[in-house]
Amino acid sequence: MPTAHLRVWRGEDDGDYYEYDVEYGEGMVVLDVVHLLQAHQAPDFAVRWNCKAGKCGSCSAEVNGQPRLMCMTRMNTFIPGETITIAPLKTYPLIRDLVTDVSYNYEIAQTIPELKPRPREADGTHRMGQVDIDRGQEFRKCIECFLCMDVCHVIRDHEENKREFAGPRFFISLANVAMHPLDTNPQSALLDPAFGLSYCNITKCCTEVCPEGIHITDNGIIPMKERSIDRWDPLRKIFGGSR
Amino acid sequence: MAEYESHDYDVVVIGAGGAGLRAAIEASARGARTALVCKSLLGKAHTVMAEGGVAAALGNVYPEDNWQVHFRDTMRGGKFLNNWRMAQIHAQEAPERVLELEEWGALFDRTPDGRILQRDFGGHRYARLAHVGDRTGLEIIRTLQQHAVHRGIDVFMECTITKLTKDGNRVSGAFGYWRESGKFILFKSKAVVLATGGIGKMYSITSNSWEYTGDGQSLAARAGADLIDMECIQFHPTGMVWPLSVRGILVTEGVRGDGGTLRNSTGKRFMFDYIPPMFAKETADTEEEADRWYTDKVNARRTPDLLPRDEVARAIHYEVKNGRGSPHGGVLLDIATRRDEDYIKRRLPSMYHQFKQLADVDITKEPMEVGPTCHYIMGGVRVEADSAQTTVPGLFAAGEAAAGLHGSNRLGGNSLSDLLVFGKRAGEHAAAYAAGLAAQPAVSEEEIDLEAREVLGGFDSQGTENPYTIQRELQDSMQALVGIIRVEEDLQQALVKIAELKERSRNVGVEGNRQYNPGWHLAIDLRSMLMLAEATTKSALERKESRGGHTRDDYPTAVKEWESRNVVSRLQADGSMSVTVESKPEMPPELQQLFEEG
Amino acid sequence: MAQAAGTTRRVRNMEAIQRRYGQTHRQDNWQQEPLLIILGLGAFAVYTTISALLGDYWPFEAGIDPATGHATYLSPYFEPLFRFEGLPKWFSPAIWILWAPLSFRTTCYYYRRSYYRAFFRSPPGCAVAEPAQTYTGETNFPLVLQNLHRYAMYVAIVFPIFLFYGAFKSFWFGGHIGGEFGIGVGSIILTINAVLLTLYTIGCHSFRHFVAGGLNQFTASPFRMVRRRLWEIFTIANENHRRWAWISMIFVGVADLYVHLVAGGIITDLNTWSQF
Repeated sequence: MPTAHLRVWRGEDDGDYYEYDVEYGEGMVVLDVVHLLQAHQAPDFAVRWNCKAGKCGSCSAEVNGQPRLMCMTRMNTFIPGETITIAPLKTYPLIRDLVTDVSYNYEIAQTIPELKPRPREADGTHRMGQVDIDRGQEFRKCIECFLCMDVCHVIRDHEENKREFAGPRFFISLANVAMHPLDTNPQSALLDPAFGLSYCNITKCCTEVCPEGIHITDNGIIPMKERSIDRWDPLRKIFGGSR
Repeated sequence: MAEYESHDYDVVVIGAGGAGLRAAIEASARGARTALVCKSLLGKAHTVMAEGGVAAALGNVYPEDNWQVHFRDTMRGGKFLNNWRMAQIHAQEAPERVLELEEWGALFDRTPDGRILQRDFGGHRYARLAHVGDRTGLEIIRTLQQHAVHRGIDVFMECTITKLTKDGNRVSGAFGYWRESGKFILFKSKAVVLATGGIGKMYSITSNSWEYTGDGQSLAARAGADLIDMECIQFHPTGMVWPLSVRGILVTEGVRGDGGTLRNSTGKRFMFDYIPPMFAKETADTEEEADRWYTDKVNARRTPDLLPRDEVARAIHYEVKNGRGSPHGGVLLDIATRRDEDYIKRRLPSMYHQFKQLADVDITKEPMEVGPTCHYIMGGVRVEADSAQTTVPGLFAAGEAAAGLHGSNRLGGNSLSDLLVFGKRAGEHAAAYAAGLAAQPAVSEEEIDLEAREVLGGFDSQGTENPYTIQRELQDSMQALVGIIRVEEDLQQALVKIAELKERSRNVGVEGNRQYNPGWHLAIDLRSMLMLAEATTKSALERKESRGGHTRDDYPTAVKEWESRNVVSRLQADGSMSVTVESKPEMPPELQQLFEEG
Repeated sequence: MAQAAGTTRRVRNMEAIQRRYGQTHRQDNWQQEPLLIILGLGAFAVYTTISALLGDYWPFEAGIDPATGHATYLSPYFEPLFRFEGLPKWFSPAIWILWAPLSFRTTCYYYRRSYYRAFFRSPPGCAVAEPAQTYTGETNFPLVLQNLHRYAMYVAIVFPIFLFYGAFKSFWFGGHIGGEFGIGVGSIILTINAVLLTLYTIGCHSFRHFVAGGLNQFTASPFRMVRRRLWEIFTIANENHRRWAWISMIFVGVADLYVHLVAGGIITDLNTWSQF
C-alpha cells in the first residue's frame, strides 16, 4: 500500500497545517484519503462531501493550491512521495478544517430574478426548440461546487468586493434567465449594474476550474457584457434587439 | 436543562431533496409558515444523482400513452405489492408536476416540434421519461431550489433532526442540532413532513451518500409511526466495482439500452440463461434476435440484458458466486465491441467520462466491470395514499422515505415523479392540517432533555468504540447477510451481529468538540442505521417468498397470498423492532380490469 | 430567507488568510504563462511600432511593376494603402490603417485576459494572490472604455476583405488583375495571412453576439435560424479565439517582415514571374 504525505489545514483561523501519513489503496481519490484520515487518525476532521461522483459539488477544496473537487482528484496524478497540501476554499470565511461558511452564495442566489414565463400555448404546453435551450442547458449543468467563486480574484483577494459582486456562478444564473426563450423579465433587471458584471476582467480562471466544463466566461459572462452594452449601440436597433 | 434556540412554524419539512423542496414550496404557497431543514447544504441532496429521467405519461412521443398505462406498468414492476391508490395518483398527477417545473425554469430536452422529449426505460411500455441528457435529477433539484428561495421559506442548512416531539398522539415539533456549531435547535411545529430519503448507507456497496442513514424512517418509528416493506430494497445491477474507491457508483441502465451487453469471464452473454418464465414470452432467446431488437422492435423480442433490475442483479450475483466473475468480482459490461466510438461518446458522455476519469478505463475500447449496488428502498414510512400522512397525526412523509408506491420493485424514472407528486401532496395536506389546529401543540422539556443527554452521550462516556468501525462492520454484515440473496440462516446471523453492534454502540467514544465533528455526527446516525437494519432483517425473515427487491434462496418463488400483505415494523418500548403481517388495501374492480385487458 | 438562521455571516480576517495561503500553494510552473505573454506581446509591440512608424524609410512594397509603379506584394500593415499628397515623408501610411486592428486587439476579450494577467498581475495566475490592495475591474475610467470593443469590431470586420483583396492581387504581377498571372512565396504568405486574420476576426465575441447572441428564441423565424446557424459556425472559431489571436498576430508580423525583406532585396522571393 502506498503512503500519502498530507499537509492539511486543521482548526479555525488560528489553526495550522498538520502533517499526516495515510496508507491508501489503488485507484483512490483525494477524498478517499481524507476519509481514511478521518476513520483512523482524526475522527473529528471536518469536511463536506455527498455523492463522491462529481455530481453534487460538495467536496471542494484547494489541493496543492488548485481549487478542485476532491472526489475527482485521483491520487495517481501526484508524484509518489510528494507532499499534498489540502486547504479550505480561500474565498469563504473558515469554519473549521476544510469547512467554510458559504452563506454568501445563498444570499446572492435570492437576489437573482426568477424566470417570468410567458403564458402557455393553447394546448397547455410551452414550445421551445432544442436550439433555443442549448445555451441554458449548458449553464444548468452547474453543480454549485463554487470553485469558480473560490478562484475569482475579484472576491478571493478583496473581501470588500463581495458587497457588489454576484460572482461567476451567479452570472451564469443571470444569463440562464436572460437567454431563456420564455422569459418576460425586462433585460435591464438581469443586467443590473448592482450585480457587478463590470468587476469581471474576464481573466477566465472560473472557466479553467469548472469541473463541468461550462464556458462560464465565453458563453455566460461575455455575452452578458455584450447585452448590457447593446443599449448604447445604434446598429442593434437596425438588426433588432434581443429575444 | 439543555440549552437550545427555538423557532415556531406551521410546517417543518425535514430533508431538502426533490420531495422536501416540493413539499415546502406547496406548504408555503398555501400560507403555512414553513421551514426546510437539511443535513447538507441546500441543493446537494441525493436527487442530484438521478440520471435517466422523470416518468410522466405526457404522451409527447407516443400519443397512445396515458395514466392508465403508466399505472399498469408501475403495478407490474412492483410485482403488485404497491399501494394501488398511490400508483393511481402518481400516474395521474405526474404530467402536471412536470409541466409545472417547466414553468419554474426547467429546460427539458425537446422534441422536434418543441415539446418535452421522452425516452425509453426498463418496464415502461412507452417512451415516457422526460429528461435532460443524463442529469435530470440535477435539473429538478436546481429548479425547485431556485423556486423555493424566492418563496420566503426559511432554510436551515446543515442542521440534523434527531427527534420528533409529541403532544399526546400528535406531532408537536422537531429537535436537533446545527452541524456547524453542535448547538441544539428546536422547531415547534404543528406539522412535520419527512422527506429524508433512504437507508443505503447501511450497505458497504451502495450508490448512496453519507446522508442516507434512514433518519426519516427512524424518526417516524420513534414517534410511533408504522414502517412497511422494509425488506424491499433495490440493488441496481450495474454499479462500478473497481477501483475500490468508486465501488457502488452507478452505471446507468442506458448503457444496456444503447447496445451494451453483459458477459461473464468466459465471454458468454449469460443473461440468456436467466430468463424467468414470466418474461419468457417477451424476451429474446437467441443472441441474433436480441441484437436485432435494437433496430427492429416489431419483429424481435427485447434483449434479456434489459430484464427488470431485480432479475439482472440476481443473475450477476449468481455468475460471480459460481466463479465466472471478472477479476475484481463483477461481470463485464461490454459496449466497446458492439458500438463504435463516436456513438458511445455521443450517447453516454458521462459514463465515458466517469470511467475514464475514475477508473482509467476507456469504455470505447474495453469492457466495464460492473456489479450490483444498493440503490433504493421501496419500503419505508407507511402513509395514507391521498394525504401522505403517516399513522401519527401531523406527521407526513414523501419520497423515498415513504413506502407504498413502488411495491417490491421500483421502475426507473418513477422516483423523480414520486418526489414531485407526493412531495406536493404532503406539503398541501400538512399545511391544511396545520391550518386546522388552533394552537401550537406543546413540547415537553423532559423529552428534550432526555434526547439532548442521549445525543451528547458520546462526549461524556469513556467509550472506546470508534463509530467508523461500527458503521463499517454493520455495512459489511448487511452486505454479506441481508444483501441481494437472502436465506434464513444468514438473516438470523445478521440479527445476532446487529444486537452486538447495538450493544457496542452504547460504548462509542467521541473525540474533539461539538463544532462540525463528523465522528460525533456518525455516532448519532448509528442509532437509526442499527434500528433500521434490524427492521429490514426481521422483515426479510418474515416475508417467506421472493418478490421484486426481496429474494429468499429458501423461498425462491413469489407466493400469491403474499401479494396482498405488508410486513409492518414498529418500534417497541425496549428499543427493538417488532414485525407483523397485515393485509394491504385491495384494488377496486375498475382498476383490476386494466390488467385483464392485457 | 434565513439561510443559517441564528448565525451571522462571517467576514474573513485577511491576515489569517495571508498566513494560511501566502501567495499560492500551487506547485506547478504558473509563472511561465505570464512570462511568455509578456515576451510575445512585448516583441510584437516593439516590432510593429518600428515597422509601422518607419513607413517610407523601410520599403514595404515588393515586386514593383516598372510600367505602373504598382507593387505585387504590399505589407499587410499598409493594406489598404492610403497616400495623400502633401504629407511629409515621416508620416507613415500605416498610421491610417493600424489604429483599427490595434484597437480591435487591445479591447479583445482574449487579449484583455492575457495582459490583465501578465502585465497588470490581476491576477498573476489562477489561485495566485493579486498584489494590488484594491480592485474595481472595468467599472471605472479608463478600463470602462474596453466596452468600445463592439465599435472596434464594426471597423475591424472589414479588414479581412481588404486583406483578401490584397492577397488576390498578389497573384498578378504588379497587382494588375488580368495582367500577368503568377504565384510566389509572397502570394502564399499574404493569402495565409488573410485567412488567419479572418479566423481571428469571426471568432470575436462581439461579432458572435452581433450575429445572433442577442436572440432568445431562434425557432421564431427562418431568418433567425439562419443567424443561429452562422452563430454556431462562428462559435467554433470563438472557442479557438486564443489560438487564432496568437497565430494571426505572429503571422502578420512575419508577413510584414517578409515583404520588407523582399522589397529591400535582402532575400529573393521564389516565384513564377520572370521579371520579379
